[in-house]
Amino acid sequence: MSEKLYGLMAEFNSPGEVLHAAEKVRAAGYRRWDVFTPFPIHGIDKVMGYKNSLVGLFSLAMAAGAFLSVVVLIWFTNAFDYPLIVGGKPMFSVPMTFVPAYIMLIMGGAIGALVGMFALNQLPRLHHPLLNKARFALATRDKFFIVIGAEDKKFSVTETRQLLEAIGGAHVDIVEDKD
Amino acid sequence: MADSVTNLEELKKLAPPAELRRAPVVEGNPSLGALTDKLSEFAEGKTPRWWWILFLPAAFAATVIFPTCLFYQVFTGVGVWGNNHPVMWGLDIVNFIWWVGVAHAGTLISALLFLTRQHWRTTIGRMAEAMTVFSVMMAGLYPAIHVGRAWFDWFMFPVPNSNGLWPQFKSPLMWDVFAVNTYLMVSTLFWYMGLIPDLALMRDRSKTRVRKFLYGLFALGWTGSARHWHNYEKAYVILCGLCTLLVFTVSSIVGLDFCTAQLAGWHATIFPLYFVIGAVFCGFGMVLVILIPLRKWCGLEKIITMSHMDKIAKLTLVSGLIIAYIYLMEFFIAWYSGDPYEKWVFGHRLFGHTYWVLGWMLIGINVCVTQLLWFKKIRSNLAALFVIGLLINVGMWCERFVIVVGSLYQDFLPANWGKYMPTIWDIGLYIGTLGAFFMLYLLFVKFLPMIAIAEVKGVTPHGDPHHPLGGAQKGDRQ
Repeated sequence: MSEKLYGLMAEFNSPGEVLHAAEKVRAAGYRRWDVFTPFPIHGIDKVMGYKNSLVGLFSLAMAAGAFLSVVVLIWFTNAFDYPLIVGGKPMFSVPMTFVPAYIMLIMGGAIGALVGMFALNQLPRLHHPLLNKARFALATRDKFFIVIGAEDKKFSVTETRQLLEAIGGAHVDIVEDKD
Repeated sequence: MADSVTNLEELKKLAPPAELRRAPVVEGNPSLGALTDKLSEFAEGKTPRWWWILFLPAAFAATVIFPTCLFYQVFTGVGVWGNNHPVMWGLDIVNFIWWVGVAHAGTLISALLFLTRQHWRTTIGRMAEAMTVFSVMMAGLYPAIHVGRAWFDWFMFPVPNSNGLWPQFKSPLMWDVFAVNTYLMVSTLFWYMGLIPDLALMRDRSKTRVRKFLYGLFALGWTGSARHWHNYEKAYVILCGLCTLLVFTVSSIVGLDFCTAQLAGWHATIFPLYFVIGAVFCGFGMVLVILIPLRKWCGLEKIITMSHMDKIAKLTLVSGLIIAYIYLMEFFIAWYSGDPYEKWVFGHRLFGHTYWVLGWMLIGINVCVTQLLWFKKIRSNLAALFVIGLLINVGMWCERFVIVVGSLYQDFLPANWGKYMPTIWDIGLYIGTLGAFFMLYLLFVKFLPMIAIAEVKGVTPHGDPHHPLGGAQKGDRQ
């Protein structure tokens, strides 16, 4: 059981407060920090400096892959491996593949979005150091947390604590990572 | 804090007059904590008596009647149903379309209303999605056993088999296999993804180890990090967009099953649209039937407000009007086409043998009763809305029966005519699926957060960082 410092956490009461506090943390030059909220807060993306999420690319790749593979599958099954004449129509034509391919495009896109979300968020994970903190249970209820990671270059237990207290954080506390 | 109070005063001065203001999503302006307690109360509290009174008969239907009818049919053959030449599609297909229809309103409410930024959808979205997931399960079952030899169902999938045969992809019936499976898969994913933050909330609130473990397992370690929310919201928008496409695709394909046939009464280009709107209309009826008792019994009157019920009723009315227009067009085209067979079929829908009652019920309910929703008095009367919702479900069931059986029983050759009457096994299976649906729904209500708690919190003034109640400071853009 080795205990490693994970970071410092501070608690805020409202989305407006945490938004302003986050602006100050960013202005202080920290890089490895995060905000934990019970619901997505409007405007936090800009404060945290997030670019457009890459989930869309996962979704697009899976959707396009699914669409094309169904077109190929239909060509292979109905025109190549076992040619099948139905109603005197051509063995294979692109329009006839559209409906099943389009349906599978939706399936692929949906799975891609979910997989992309999990992959980018590194979920599922069975444990997180923050979940050890009793007060952190409120992060899904009505409290808003800012956590500054110990891996940050600017991190120092005293100075970071001072900053968190100065920007209005309550219950500033050390988070440890228990292996 | 002083800043934010003066801010609130200023905001009040700027607010539009009362009659122009939008109804709040949640009444009573509760704080975030109080709202959380209220919304998770039911899944955590003691099981009330009404739950057991509904659950036991539903569970009986689902675990006794349902398997009995299913096994008897599978072991004996499709002949135990009333299906026989010339009516080869009976209650099985009627119920299939009906269940798919029930599913559609759920997706429409949660996905399309999300894309159009209707905040009120947050309170009913989860319940509507659950309705979708469970009713697609029931729908998918019917075609799977209707094929007769259910153990050969896997032939419908492109799996290499010893006969060297593949599915025939030019048939809409084949497209149906893909459509219904995709619908089940995507709506389940969508529902589950929406549940993740709320499962994390349940995990953090749970008092017993078992609950903590189970909710924790399915919450997948969700912490609510801003980075996570960022990707999550993007994925949610994408899923909403795709689900909206599904609303218009799945029932269209079911409609194509019919309109590619040459049969009078089926062979019409309006069918895909007809089925989509019919599905949505029927689903809104089911939403009314489910929401009205639940909001009362679970004490959610301030969350699912009368303003929300009013909006659902208006949407029901809109879809009902489109349905009325389509009925009119169907009859008009049958007359205008000059086709004697078309005229025969449509004349016999209302003035024929045996099934004319259903034809008039369809007009009486779907066209006439729906018009009551024009009146605000009706829209604000929950008992009336509940009855109308129930009637719409009956009316839409009649419509599907009239379409399926009404065209099949008297086709081009009088020598080929016949009758169809559902047998006890048909009816038993329908009761069984209803039981299974309600059993699953009641379990969902009892064990999972039935309202999207995180979403609702996000649209209240307390959750808005640009509102004084959400902690906005003086000078912030509001």
